[in-house]
Amino acid sequence: MSDKNAISAATVTALVSDALKLIEATEDLASLKLAKSSTIGENSEFAKLSSSLGKLAPEDKAEAGKLITQARVALNEAFGKKEEEFYSAEQAARLQAEAVDVTAVGRTLPIGARHPLSLLQDEISDVFVGMGWEIAEGPELESEWFNFDALNFDADHPARAMQDTFFVEPTSQHLVLRTHTSPVQVRSLMERDLPVYVLCPGKVFRTDELDATHTPVFHQVEGLAVDKGLTMADLKGTLEHFARIMFGPEAKIRLRPSFFPFTEPSAELDVWHPGAKGGARWVEWGGCGMVHPNVLKSAGVDPEIYSGFAFGMGIERTLMFRNDVKDMRDMVEADVRFSQQFGGVI
Amino acid sequence: MRIPLSWLSEYVSLPSNTTADSVMAELVKVGLEEEGSHHFDIQGPVVVGEVLEFVEEAQSNGKTIRWCQLRVAVDGQKAADGGAAVRGIVCGARNFFVGDKVVVTLPGSVLPGDFKIAARSTYGHTSDGMIASARELGLSDDHEGILRLATLGIDVPVGTDALDLLKLNDSAAEVNVTPDRGYCFSIRGIAREFSHATGASFTDPATKVTPVKPNGFDLKIEDNSPIRGKVGASKFVVVAVNGLDATSPTPAWMISRLKLAGMRSISVIVDITNYVMLEFGQPIHAYDLDKLSAGFGARRAKPNEALITLDGQERKLNAEDYLIVDSSGPIGLAGVMGGLSTEVSATTKNVLIEAANFDPVSISRTARRHKLPSEASKRFERGVDPKIAEYAAARVAELLGDLAGGQLSELGAIYDTSLEVEKIQLAKDFAAAITGVEYSVEQITQTLTLIGCAVIQREDSLEVTPPSWRPDLTLPESLVEEVARILGYDQIPSRLPVAPPGRGLTRKQKLRRLVANSLAANGFTEVLNYPFVTAAQNSDFIEEDSSRVVLANPLQAEVNEMRLSLLPGLLEAAARNSSRTLVNLSIFEIGSIFQPAPSSAEVELPIGGAIPSSNQLKALGNSVPTQPIALAALMLGDRVGQQVGKTSTRSSYLDAIGAVRALASLLSLEIKVEQVTQRGFHPGRTAAISSAGVLVGYAGEIHPEITANYDLPRQVSFFELNLDALIQSVPDLVTALPIHTLPAATQDLSLVIDVAVPAAEVLDLIRESAGELLEEVVLVDDFRGGNLKGSEKSLTFSLRFRAIDRTLTQVEATEAKDAAVQAANARFGATIRS
Repeated sequence: MSDKNAISAATVTALVSDALKLIEATEDLASLKLAKSSTIGENSEFAKLSSSLGKLAPEDKAEAGKLITQARVALNEAFGKKEEEFYSAEQAARLQAEAVDVTAVGRTLPIGARHPLSLLQDEISDVFVGMGWEIAEGPELESEWFNFDALNFDADHPARAMQDTFFVEPTSQHLVLRTHTSPVQVRSLMERDLPVYVLCPGKVFRTDELDATHTPVFHQVEGLAVDKGLTMADLKGTLEHFARIMFGPEAKIRLRPSFFPFTEPSAELDVWHPGAKGGARWVEWGGCGMVHPNVLKSAGVDPEIYSGFAFGMGIERTLMFRNDVKDMRDMVEADVRFSQQFGGVI
Repeated sequence: MRIPLSWLSEYVSLPSNTTADSVMAELVKVGLEEEGSHHFDIQGPVVVGEVLEFVEEAQSNGKTIRWCQLRVAVDGQKAADGGAAVRGIVCGARNFFVGDKVVVTLPGSVLPGDFKIAARSTYGHTSDGMIASARELGLSDDHEGILRLATLGIDVPVGTDALDLLKLNDSAAEVNVTPDRGYCFSIRGIAREFSHATGASFTDPATKVTPVKPNGFDLKIEDNSPIRGKVGASKFVVVAVNGLDATSPTPAWMISRLKLAGMRSISVIVDITNYVMLEFGQPIHAYDLDKLSAGFGARRAKPNEALITLDGQERKLNAEDYLIVDSSGPIGLAGVMGGLSTEVSATTKNVLIEAANFDPVSISRTARRHKLPSEASKRFERGVDPKIAEYAAARVAELLGDLAGGQLSELGAIYDTSLEVEKIQLAKDFAAAITGVEYSVEQITQTLTLIGCAVIQREDSLEVTPPSWRPDLTLPESLVEEVARILGYDQIPSRLPVAPPGRGLTRKQKLRRLVANSLAANGFTEVLNYPFVTAAQNSDFIEEDSSRVVLANPLQAEVNEMRLSLLPGLLEAAARNSSRTLVNLSIFEIGSIFQPAPSSAEVELPIGGAIPSSNQLKALGNSVPTQPIALAALMLGDRVGQQVGKTSTRSSYLDAIGAVRALASLLSLEIKVEQVTQRGFHPGRTAAISSAGVLVGYAGEIHPEITANYDLPRQVSFFELNLDALIQSVPDLVTALPIHTLPAATQDLSLVIDVAVPAAEVLDLIRESAGELLEEVVLVDDFRGGNLKGSEKSLTFSLRFRAIDRTLTQVEATEAKDAAVQAANARFGATIRS
C-alpha cells in the first residue's frame, strides 16, 4: 500500500521539524496563529496524517498513534511557549503605552470634611460611651425654669445676671436660648431611671459679641452622674480619666474652689496639658462640683439617698488649646478651609 | 474686688516680700480667682519741692509759661537725682504761688504711660524736671493745674520722697468674687480669706472700733408690700456727726487706696463713706443733716413718685422700689443711689450716717430696673453682714473725727429686725460622704471655727452656727464645701466610678453621625452657622405670615428671628466663602430649626425653688417650641474642578437630588421624588422628597432671585431635609432578601412619551407591570429633539431580569418587557422608539 509508511517516524519528524522552523520564524501573535493553522490546523498535513490513523492496521496503530501524540505534544508546547512570549511582549508594550504621570492626578472627587467642633463632640462622647455613660440631648430653646430655676438659680440672684441670656418674645412665655447644657441634666434626671450617668454635649447661647475669644453661640459638654454613694473622689477620677484620653497619659487635673448655683461644693477645673504649644502647663478647662441638693429635689431625686457630680467645659475652648486654634472666628465663620484641614480627624 | 496691699496688711500679717501677684496666688487657693494687679506705674526720683520764685513769660503761641525756681533738697545737700538743690523748671500751669510745696518729678523719673522725665530745652530755658499734676501722678483725673500739697493738708520738708508720701508705691491685687461671697467685697473679708489661705494672723477691723449706740432720732422704717415675703430693710442704723469741716482735704493715703481700689476721690465725707464700705463691706450713705426734714425713714414707693438721684437724673419710681424718705418725699433709692436734695456739700456741717441692711432681692430689682449698678447695690445683692452696721457707722464717725473734725453725736437710732442665723446640723460623716476624704471631727470643727462658725458637738452631728457675714452657708453641703476648700481640694482622692452597662449611642445619634460622615466622605464640608436670621431671610423660604420665634434682645436689632430653615445660614456661609475666592463649594449643616409652639399663652414659673406640679411641668414642656434637627446642603460652582484627565463638572440639581438618593440608600430608605413648586426654590427645578409617605424635605435649586441677594451665582443647588423625620422613617431592622445567582437577562427599552409625563411615574409603572422577573430598572437617557415632535421625549431604560429558579431566556425577558410597554402605552400613550 502506498500509504503504508505514511506514518513513519521519518515523516513525523520531518513534519515536526518543518513546523518548528515555521514557529520560530513567526513575528507576532497573528503570524503565529497563521502558522498554527497551517501546521496543525484542520487542513494541515499533520491533520491529514492524524486522521489517517484510523485506516491503519490494528497492529500498526499503537506505534503510529504514539508518534502522532508525541508530535502533537511537542508542537502544542512549542506553540504555547511562543504564544506566551508574544503575549508577554505585547502586554508589556501595551502597558508601556498606557503609562501615565500619576503625580499629575488631582482631586478627582470633591473634598469634604466634618467640622472639628462636631468631631470633638463625637470624640468626647465616645470616651464616655466607652465608660457606659449615655449621651443625652435637649432643646436649645428652653423654658427658663429648666435653664435657671431648676438649677437653683434664684430669679433674683446675681448669678442669673452673670449669664447674659437671650430671651424670646413675649417674655411672659419665659423662653430662653439655653445658656448652658445643664437643663439637659435636669431633664435627664426626670426622664431616666436612676442611677444616671449621662453626657450632654450641645449648643449654648450668651449675649456676647463675636471676637477672637467670644462667640454668642458656642458648644459645651456637661457630664452628670447621680448614684448612691458618689463623692468628689468619683468626680476627680472621672475627670482624670477623661483628661488622659484627651491630652495623653501625662495629663492631670486640679480643682480650685469656686461657685456655681447648681453644685455644692463647686470647683474650677484646670488640666495639665502636656502637649501645650510652648510647653506643658495648667489650662483652665471648666467647672464642676457635687450636684446641689436643690437641683436633685427639682428633678424629683431624693438627696438623702442619692448624690451626684457634674462637670462642664466649652468645646470651642478645648479645641482652641488642644488643637492650637488661635481665633474663635475661625470656628464660626464657616470658611471651608478651616474644616478641611481636619478632614475627619481631630 | 481690688485690694491695696498696704490696706490688707493692716488686718492680716503679710510677709515682707508680698506682691500683688503673690496675694492673688494665695487667694486663688480659697476660691478667689485672680483678675490682675494694679500699680501707679511711677518711678522716682519724685520729691517734694518748694516754689522759690517764678517769672511769667508770654510765648509766641499765645501761652504764658512760668519759669520757676524750685528747691528740691535742703540747702547744702544734693537732690534725689544727685543734682543741684535748686532747679529751674518751666511750668505751663499757673495755679500755684511762691512758697507752695509741690511734687517735682526729677530727671530720671518715669510717670504713668512710660512718660520719661529728663532735662530738656523748652521755651528758651532748660527745664530740669517737671512739676506734676495729680493726674500726671495717676492719683486722680484732676488736671486743673499742678498738685499743691497744701490742698492735701501736707507740709513736709523739701526733698521728701513724694512716692512714699502720697503712697504711690502701693499696689493692689484684684480678684473675682463669686456671687456667693458677698463678704469678699471688703478688705475685712479678703483679709480673713488670706489668713485662711496662708495661716497668717487676722484682725477683724470691727474689733478696732466701739459700735455706735445712738438714740433719740425719730426713724420710721416700714414696708407695706415686702418682696417675696422679705421686708426692704432688716436693719437700719443712723447716727449724727456734727461740726464737720467738709472742705478738709482727704489725706493722700486714702486717695491712694481709693484709687487703687478703683474709686476716685470726691470729697472727704464721700471718700470716708466709700473707704468704710471697702473696708467693712457695709455700704454707707451720708446725708446733710441740715437738709433733712422730719419723718426720716424708709418705705416702698407710692404711685407716681419720682426722685432726682445724685447723678442729676430724674427717675420715675416703681411700686417695688424701696426708698429713703423724709417729709419732703423720696430722698434716696435705698441701697442703690442717694438723692440730690440731701447730698453733702462743701458747706455741710452736720451729717447723718446711714448704715443699713437692705433686702438683696429688692436692691437687685431696683438696680436692674433703673440700670444703676453701683458699688452699694453690688454688695447688698450678695448679702451684707447684718451685724456690722453699728461698727461701720462707728468707723465712719471715727474717720470723720480724725480727718474732718467731726464730733460723734448720741443722736441716732438703731432699727433691727434681722434674724438670728439659723443653725445647721452637720452629720459627722457627711463631709466624707460628699468629698471622699475621711476628715476627723476635730478637723471639721477647727475649720468651721476658723471661718467664724460656732460649733457645738452633738452625738452624731455638729451643730453649726455660721457667722453673720456668711449668708450663703445654709446647708450641710455648704459647710462641707468650706471644710474641703480650707483644707484643700488637693486632698480629695481619685476614684473612677463604674456606671451600669450602657446602651451606647442611640439609633438616632448613630444615624446622624453616619449621615454626617458619609456627606463628608462624599465631598461635603460641614459648617456650623448661627441660628439667628432676619425676618426677610426666613421669609425667603417660609410664608411671610407664618409665626416665628423672635428674640427679645438680639445682638443686632434686625437679626432677631430664630431660623426656620438652615438655608439662610448656608447661603451666608457660601457668600462668605465666595468673598474669599472659595467659589466651588459643597457645604452642609446639621442643626436645630425653631418652630414656634402652638400656644403662646403666658407661662407661670414656679418660683423660689418651688418644685413644679406635674401639670405645671406639662405646661412648661408644651411651652417649648418644636426644634427638629434639620440637614441642609448647598452646592455651587464646580463639583469637580478642571484638571488633568477630567473636565470640570458644575454642580446642579442633579447632584442635589442624587445626594438625597444616596443618603436614602445609606439609610435603607425608599424615597419618593416629586416635581413641585415651593417658595424659595427654582420653579422648574425643585423636588419634594418623601419617605414612608411623609414629606421630609426638598431638593433642587435655590430661586435665582434669592441667590442674587447673597451675591451668589444664579445656579445654587440645595437639599434640606428634616433629619429627625427622615431617621424616624428608617426601618428598625433590615430584613435580608436572598441573593439570587442564576444568570440574568438584560434588555434596553426606549419609549417615546409626552414630555409632561414625569420619568419617575414611568419607572414606577415599569416596576409594577414588568412582573416578578424584573430585578432592576434604571433610566439611562432622556432624549429630546431629533425626529421627535416638540411634545415628545424619548426615555431609555435599562432593565435587568432574573429568575430565582432557572436561567432566563431572552424570550422570557422580552415578554416581560413587552408587558411593561403595553402598560406604558395604555397609561401614557407611550410607543417604542423605532
